[in-house]
Amino acid sequence: MSDPATNPTPADRSAPAVDLRGVIALLGGFPALSGIDLRVERGEIVLVAGPNGAGKSTLLNVCAGLVPVARGHAEVLGTDLRGDRGALRHRIGLLGHRNGLYADLTVAENLAFWADMVGANEAEIAAALTSAGLDGRLSSVRVSALSAGQRRRTALAVLLVRRAELWLLDEPHAGLDPSGRDELDDLIRLAVASGVTVILASHDLERSRALAGREITVKGGTVSEAA
Amino acid sequence: MTPSPQTSTRRATGTRATRVLGIVTLVMLGWLGLFGLVLSPADVDQGDAVRIMYVHVPTVWLAYLAFIVTAVCSALYLFGKRHSLGFDRVAGASAEIGVVFMALTLISGSLWGRITWGVYWQWDARLTTTALLFVTYIGYLAVRGLDGTRERRARRSAVIGLLAVVEIPLVHWSVRLWRSLHQEATILDTDLDVDIDGLMLFSLFVGVVAFTLLFVWLLLHRSRTIALDDLLADRGIDRAIAERRAEVGPSGGSS
Amino acid sequence: MSPGRIRLARRLAAKDLLIERRSRVLVNQVLPFSGLVMVVFAFALGTGGVLERAAPGLVWLAVLFSSLSTVQRSFGLETADGAMESLRVAGVDPIALFLGKAAALAIELLVLVTVLLGLAVVLYGTEPRAEGIVLLVTTAISATLGLAALGTIYGGLAAGGSGRETLLPLLVLPVAAPVLIGATRGVEAALGTDRTAVSEGWPWVGLLLVFAVAIGVGGALAFGSLIED
Repeated sequence: MSDPATNPTPADRSAPAVDLRGVIALLGGFPALSGIDLRVERGEIVLVAGPNGAGKSTLLNVCAGLVPVARGHAEVLGTDLRGDRGALRHRIGLLGHRNGLYADLTVAENLAFWADMVGANEAEIAAALTSAGLDGRLSSVRVSALSAGQRRRTALAVLLVRRAELWLLDEPHAGLDPSGRDELDDLIRLAVASGVTVILASHDLERSRALAGREITVKGGTVSEAA
Repeated sequence: MTPSPQTSTRRATGTRATRVLGIVTLVMLGWLGLFGLVLSPADVDQGDAVRIMYVHVPTVWLAYLAFIVTAVCSALYLFGKRHSLGFDRVAGASAEIGVVFMALTLISGSLWGRITWGVYWQWDARLTTTALLFVTYIGYLAVRGLDGTRERRARRSAVIGLLAVVEIPLVHWSVRLWRSLHQEATILDTDLDVDIDGLMLFSLFVGVVAFTLLFVWLLLHRSRTIALDDLLADRGIDRAIAERRAEVGPSGGSS
Repeated sequence: MSPGRIRLARRLAAKDLLIERRSRVLVNQVLPFSGLVMVVFAFALGTGGVLERAAPGLVWLAVLFSSLSTVQRSFGLETADGAMESLRVAGVDPIALFLGKAAALAIELLVLVTVLLGLAVVLYGTEPRAEGIVLLVTTAISATLGLAALGTIYGGLAAGGSGRETLLPLLVLPVAAPVLIGATRGVEAALGTDRTAVSEGWPWVGLLLVFAVAIGVGGALAFGSLIED
């Protein structure tokens, strides 16, 4: 398992993974997030629950830097989201409804591409493949020929190879059968064991609660903690 | 919605300055009408049709001025320290006015050609370049219409605005060079004759001044209506945020 | 231009070309389409002398129209599964992204141009002359670089969100006019159409290069803002 902690400077290792205060985010003028307070420490697994349209996806997209922060204070991995996000390069991984893969390339080729982006070596690629259960014959199969579960695991393997420190997972279990979901959970636990912080939004509450150390509920674009 | 003191003073985009400007513009346009239609002589060859020139030439000038204003404001927005959205508003307003003036140029040029020489279109350098730029800036306006946050829209539009202005010399040179190859007699010679009559030249000058004033007046008003639109949208957002928080109900919600 | 950035760009271009080699979209779809366009031009113009005289322009018209599909394909493979978003989330240098995409696009367009020029010899009876070869190659490369840069800029913009794909032709075609004019005149001079001398083609190459540099530099710097949604 590759060491995900090779990138950051010593100073921000103590900073929380996510620190949001009064964050408002707009999607085309609509306040998808109407005031979010959230603090996630390094190495936590936090489950984000809530009804559809509550803003769970937007919350993850804001942390990933895809949706801009309109108002409020937002820091991820010690870096202000409203400033220069250069320090966050390659440290955040977002897995949304799509996998971010190139369908015509094989699993190994997709991983090799991302490995070259961050300067990871062959050993790290092999390790990521093994952790994701994609080594052997599977690694040379085109992504377009994989099952939904295998594609999900490939996407997470990319996050491993990229040594991402923060994983933002939006409904990762959706579209997977129970064994696929189990494999996914194993991979998540493996990553967390080596220091990755995970925030996941999911409707599969029973499974996710077993996984997560903490749960928050998002409703109407704002947060209410659960016990 | 009960008008706050703020809204009642900003209900319209007119100020004393624009009212004065507007009156001066009307006067100048009146002068243009007088000189262009009555006082200046008809052309020896073209007859009264030459009077279209008093509209055609100023509108071309204004269109290019408008796009330069767009480019300058785009640069000021993009490279300025504070990224002031005011520049973005002026850039957008100017482009809209520029497109309108370009359309007027094309229509007046087309009419002029039709009346005088029987052809609606002429592949001369200026008309062709204007047509290409017309479509380019319609593309710019389309990019302005894409959704996203105001800052992202402004940044994206500023980039496209600068690229488009870089286009102007490139298109102009290539079309010019191209047309110069074909040394056939350009019947619609929109390059002015050297020995144009003194009164005609003066009327043209009046036209340029009048249209420039018109441009400034339009620019001021349009930028202000855009600002008002933005204010309205902001107010709507504040209300939307409050409504969204209210969704949660009395039981939940931290802030 | 840091070596890291160039290395990234090269890796990105290699990825695009690998996908093309694997999926063969350019070869199986775009090339046949552009060949068809060249044939259809003959139906529209008749097979008299007009076709041979218009050949340079027709080739570049076919290239221009086919480039739209090529650009859409290039960005389609980024948006199909959200790969572009992953690249953005990962904070990959937008300049490197631009250079990589433009480089791959340039290579694909160069293949297109070569095939179509060859087709023009076969279908339209144009005959390249020895003294014009250098001009021909230079024109083709300069024009292709400009088109690739242009396609990458607006392709990135059009890929940003839904309802934007139809913007691509509207944005590309007017801005590509100088390339169309310059490339056609350059090829005309190289071939000797209308008794043009080879020397008359070089100013047009100059124009094409200025275009490519201006649009290329501007696009590289601006790419980051354009791919945001």
